[in-house]
Amino acid sequence: MNFNLTFIGQIITFGVFVWFCARFVWPPLMQAMQERQKKIADGLNAADRAAKDLELAQDNAAEKLREAKEQAASIVEQANRRASKIVEEAKADARAEGDRLRKATQEEIEHERNQAREALRAQVAVLALAGAEKVVDASVDEKVHNEMLQKLASEL
Amino acid sequence: MAYENPSEYINHHLTNLTYGRHPDLGWKLAESGSEAAEMGFMSIHVDSMMWSIGLGALFLFLFWRAGRKATSDQPGGFQNAIEMILEFIDDTVKQVFHGKTGPLGPIALTIFMWVLLMNSMKLVPVDLVPFTLEQFGVGYQKIAPTTNPNVTLGMATFVLMMVVYYSFKVKGFGFIKELCFTPFNHWLFIPVNLFMELVGLLSKPLSLGLRLFGNMYAGEMIFILIALMFSAGFLLWPLAGGLQFIWAVFHILVVSLQAFIFMVLTVVYIAMAHEDH
Repeated sequence: MNFNLTFIGQIITFGVFVWFCARFVWPPLMQAMQERQKKIADGLNAADRAAKDLELAQDNAAEKLREAKEQAASIVEQANRRASKIVEEAKADARAEGDRLRKATQEEIEHERNQAREALRAQVAVLALAGAEKVVDASVDEKVHNEMLQKLASEL
Repeated sequence: MAYENPSEYINHHLTNLTYGRHPDLGWKLAESGSEAAEMGFMSIHVDSMMWSIGLGALFLFLFWRAGRKATSDQPGGFQNAIEMILEFIDDTVKQVFHGKTGPLGPIALTIFMWVLLMNSMKLVPVDLVPFTLEQFGVGYQKIAPTTNPNVTLGMATFVLMMVVYYSFKVKGFGFIKELCFTPFNHWLFIPVNLFMELVGLLSKPLSLGLRLFGNMYAGEMIFILIALMFSAGFLLWPLAGGLQFIWAVFHILVVSLQAFIFMVLTVVYIAMAHEDH
């Protein structure tokens, strides 16, 4: 175990190994590790951003939902108002129509009554004439007394 | 096993497979410890070199393949494991070294994984590989390279070179000035300062290398002694087995701890090179 060339050989070997390691071994491994670190960091950032986005979206959705509800409520209210208005209108129309019908009917009734009265009047005149003829027992000259009879009939 | 006595067994286990220039026999594989010793500096520990290069290459190959297939999407199990190690190293470096770490990460990673793998070879039973290879005629084999001071001091020297490099890179000429004029700021004290600063500079990597070597060598020694117990009769087998298990479990801690210490101290030394006194 003496001191010899092994010493020199070892120095050279060591130097070559260090050179090889620094040239071919260390850089790719370190690079891969650093790349992965960066990827993980990016991934975490993206996750953070996504969480924030999600929160934002949820807020947005809640807002939209609230708006929609409000809108729906207002639409329903409007519809209700409209419906009651239509009902009112219909009621008014019906009332008017009813009035109109009643009026027409009344007029008709009046008209009928007048007609009936006229007819009756005419009959009464004849009857009265006949009655008077019987009472007077004389022939009443229709032509002479017509005027008087007319007057009588109109008073009935 | 064909060993005459325990000391031969231990010696055999502590001898590297050495190739070198023998003064009388020329370039050859040493056939004994003494022959290896006679070769002096002009020899090389083939086993240490092969195991250390092999393990380092294994580490680099596994990590390189993981890096090529690395995706920034969901990582698979293997990539996960590798990334865990990388993150651990990166965190440790950033805790010690403030500012742009630059090539410090790869340096720390290489040190940690390489030393860890080399240390881990100690957990392989001491006789398994040497005995197997002996059947194929390979006389000696030490499979844990960090039990060889050449290896640990070689690594520490590389660390020293990096410290000097970064000192010059950061401070430029100020580094020399720092060596000459601290702690006594007077030109008369330049030799004293220089001596003290150089000792300080050199002691750091020296202690770095010797610490790792000492821990690993001592651990290896205990493993060999425990292994020796097995040859002392089958009555001792349960005891030896238990001891080996306990020591191996303990060594899982030591192995990783020493790798970690080597790495952290390297980063600390380089970080110190960036700072002013």
